[in-house]
Amino acid sequence: MTADIGTWLAAFLTLCIFSFLYKDNPFYKFAEHLFVGISAGYWLCYHFWNTVKPNLYDNLVEKGEWQYLLPLFLGICMLLRLFSKIGWFSRWAIAFMIGSGAGIMIITYLQSNFLEQIKSTLVSLDPAGSSWTQVANNSLLFIGVVTGLVYFFFSKAHTGITGGVARVGVVFLMICFGASFGYTVMARISLLIGRMYFLLHNWLGVV
Amino acid sequence: MRREIPLIITFVCGITMIIQFFIPHWPFSDVKSYFQHTYMIIAAFAMILGICNLTRLHIFKIRDRRENWGYSIVLLVGLAIMAIPGLFQGIHEGTMFEFLFKNAHVPMNSTMFSLLAFFVASASYRAFRARTFDAALLLIAGFAVMLGRAPIGDTLTSFMPEGWQMSDLANWIMAFPNTAGQRAIMMGSGLGIVATSLRVILGIERSYLGGE
Repeated sequence: MTADIGTWLAAFLTLCIFSFLYKDNPFYKFAEHLFVGISAGYWLCYHFWNTVKPNLYDNLVEKGEWQYLLPLFLGICMLLRLFSKIGWFSRWAIAFMIGSGAGIMIITYLQSNFLEQIKSTLVSLDPAGSSWTQVANNSLLFIGVVTGLVYFFFSKAHTGITGGVARVGVVFLMICFGASFGYTVMARISLLIGRMYFLLHNWLGVV
Repeated sequence: MRREIPLIITFVCGITMIIQFFIPHWPFSDVKSYFQHTYMIIAAFAMILGICNLTRLHIFKIRDRRENWGYSIVLLVGLAIMAIPGLFQGIHEGTMFEFLFKNAHVPMNSTMFSLLAFFVASASYRAFRARTFDAALLLIAGFAVMLGRAPIGDTLTSFMPEGWQMSDLANWIMAFPNTAGQRAIMMGSGLGIVATSLRVILGIERSYLGGE
């Protein structure tokens, strides 16, 4: 068993959180509230040292770039939300974030989620020297994407041929959801194994 | 003033960010990095706002002796012991901040998420009951991926030829039917995001401004 105080602290907090599997109890509530507090403190320091200091303080104070008074002003506007009478000033900062975020998203999503996906789907079904499995897989990918898109096309009723094609799309979507679910479960299981290994190896030293 | 100025800011910022993509030269190239810095700074202030609000809420809870107020003290102590050394000492190795990050934040974070394994297991019991053809597909795909990602999957299918074992099936599902479904969803969501962003920039969608 280790004598490291940090490992003991981590083991205690891990067990506190696992105690929730029995039922909600004071140990879990303690760890839960401590986690929220520590997370808030972590993100506060992280943003201060990685965003506010290099992007605002250094540019404004060290380099004397006065155009950085605007982000400072908008940041203060954001904090004014704490005061109900002048809280509407925060809309200016929110508007900046929403506007520039929307402008960036139009370009990036159109490129990555739309054009790049079309480009990756519209490949040769039978490239030179390909095996029958590659032809089948490329065809499957193409059919899956097209039928999936038909399912999401709500401007036409899903009856007749459209309904049949959309039904094939549902099959692909169900496999997709099942696979994503299985993948998520395994990611959580691997985290659980990690915590168990920590308790049994790092803390107790029995494995 | 309360609605018009935010709408103008949104329009100008949105259009500027679109233009800078098509004209990546001065002054738009500089505007892009300036806007990105400004965005990050405001986001950091938004985080500070959230923490101020959290602190205020829990101070009021302690002051009014509301139910479970003792845990609010734990929360504020957690915030203080992380934030005070972090802001004054820095966040580099060997600081109190780093000690708490390694021995409190990381273990609690991964334990919280690992706890979900148990709840996901009970949820999958309900979701995976193969009552219909679609539910059966969901079950088979999920089961194959889970088995394929664990050593037991290949052990169970060790009699199968190379390339046809459970991990190969899981990889195939992830690479083809899953990718096809994901792409259809991504294309749909991509178009949706573009349409919504345009509505926001043009001032048609104003819900982010709130009431009044």
